[in-house]
Amino acid sequence: MALSQDEVARLAQLARIDLSPAELAHLAPQLDVILEAVARVTDVATDDVAPTSHPVPMTNVFRADEVHDSLPVDEVLAMAPDREDDRFRVPRILGEEQ
Amino acid sequence: MDASTLITTSAADLAGAIATGEVSSVEVTRAHLDRIAAVDGAVHAFLSVDEEGALAQAAAVDARIAAGERPGPLAGVPLALKDVLAQKGVPTTAGSKILEGWRPPYNATVTQRLLDAGVVILGKTNMDEFAMGSSTENSAYGPTHNPWDFTRVPGGSGGGSAAALAAFEAPLAIGTDTGGSIRQPAAFTGTVGVKPTYGGISRFGQIALASSLDQPGPCGRTVLDTALLHEVIAGHDPKDQTSLDAPVPPVVAAARAGDVRGLRVGVVTELGGEGYAPEVEANFRATVDLLAELGAEVVEVSCPTFEYALAAYYLILPSEASSNLARFDAMRYGLRVGDDGTRSTEQVMALSREAGFGAEVKRRIIIGTYALSAGYRDAYYGSAQKVRTLVQQDFTAAFARADVLVSPTTPTAAFRLGERLDDPMAMYLNDLCTIPTNLAGNAAGSFPTGLTGDGLPIGFHVMAPHRADDRLYRVGAALERALTDRWGGPLLNRVPGPATTTEVTR
Repeated sequence: MALSQDEVARLAQLARIDLSPAELAHLAPQLDVILEAVARVTDVATDDVAPTSHPVPMTNVFRADEVHDSLPVDEVLAMAPDREDDRFRVPRILGEEQ
Repeated sequence: MDASTLITTSAADLAGAIATGEVSSVEVTRAHLDRIAAVDGAVHAFLSVDEEGALAQAAAVDARIAAGERPGPLAGVPLALKDVLAQKGVPTTAGSKILEGWRPPYNATVTQRLLDAGVVILGKTNMDEFAMGSSTENSAYGPTHNPWDFTRVPGGSGGGSAAALAAFEAPLAIGTDTGGSIRQPAAFTGTVGVKPTYGGISRFGQIALASSLDQPGPCGRTVLDTALLHEVIAGHDPKDQTSLDAPVPPVVAAARAGDVRGLRVGVVTELGGEGYAPEVEANFRATVDLLAELGAEVVEVSCPTFEYALAAYYLILPSEASSNLARFDAMRYGLRVGDDGTRSTEQVMALSREAGFGAEVKRRIIIGTYALSAGYRDAYYGSAQKVRTLVQQDFTAAFARADVLVSPTTPTAAFRLGERLDDPMAMYLNDLCTIPTNLAGNAAGSFPTGLTGDGLPIGFHVMAPHRADDRLYRVGAALERALTDRWGGPLLNRVPGPATTTEVTR
């Protein structure tokens, strides 16, 4: 398998990372080596083996439905990149090209 | 007690002296802050030191003790906290630029339990960015140096916590272990580090790397200190859905007993041989012989699918990390770049993540994005999950024949700074012995068992079944007792730049 720079660029876009051309050139061959090394999982992952997603099987873990205090709004917003009144202010979300 | 005694005394003994009023927590804390000021310029174990907060916590413990309270077996003892755990109002960066300046509005459960127990938090320790790495060189704030040899790495990702112990900057530390980040640094620095059973210690407030693998745990210079710390932070937490609702294994009693008579010790055939340094293997064999001398029954066990564990891990971890790190979106906290009124949210997000993440984080996010993308998910992530099942089956079969399994902690002793930085696969091979445990979720620890000819520590890796964490401490304490006798004192007495001096030059 060979991962091209274009493919890495596409993955970076999916992951919302604006990689520079120099980074793409540096990363693509490294990712290729890693992917080749990890692909050997398919050697033993036969159809009769069930997948495991979690080391300790648990289902439907609930806590009691009790009211607790929330974090103080001002303390949380103090760490925000930007705020407006009691809310996070974010850049425009409309007019996306994609 | 003079300052050099205070920084070399065990946490258990310090707590005893503080409880009886022989020394105050403020004096103990002051001695460690002075030590940090003297040596941390060269070691760089800490990303931030909270002098004011630590002294205030210490004074509060002294007041509680003066009022007749007994706040717990480690009350008043200082500790170094890995910077991946939230501490309210204190900088918490996870070694990343994207969180520079962030001060969490809440405490992690581990942090809260430490404070409730009267443990004094000195500061936050250096780590590979988001715990991705095995050398602490991936920290956005510069590497930590191994106190045994400043030209070498202390391991990672918890290199700062391990180095703080070995440099006598703190008698206790907290680490987190996703693939070996507690155990490999312990091996590289001649200290003790335990990854508890998955769910044994709450992950609430730990900045997540790979949620099905991550586990916080205790680090110390002695086995008993580590067990005492384990007990302070362990136990069910309703804030962590994956927290085990079960009694904490009797780790302190096991550390005090240190009895391996009749214990079946399984040597894992596959964790040795090619790629392992001869000195590491020789030390491992000698340690197994020592356990036999102490009354353990040694058997050989085979775990044939362990050789696929590394490959599975480097698919599962990036997959989970790519999802977990999506929270760093420049909207609610952390770095925001390029918000000049013309750019969209998505553009600001991509610019911020480009500027805020380091090379290894980007590598892993992209690998994870690939492994989870349409058309590749079954072949990569799906197959890796199947390997996880096979690794668990190997453990189950091996634990039917042995009470604990053993291996070297790492194939080699500490390597030089820069040596593996741009060769990801060489770096990943560090975690060959430690990764299977994270995939299966059982408990494991590293204990110091000797030095190489170059004077670098070697670690001995012990693995126990789920919820049998106490067995690690039985083995660790037995080895510590026997080896301390042979060595004529603890291994850490031999750290260059003796502990009794307050100046270290590089």
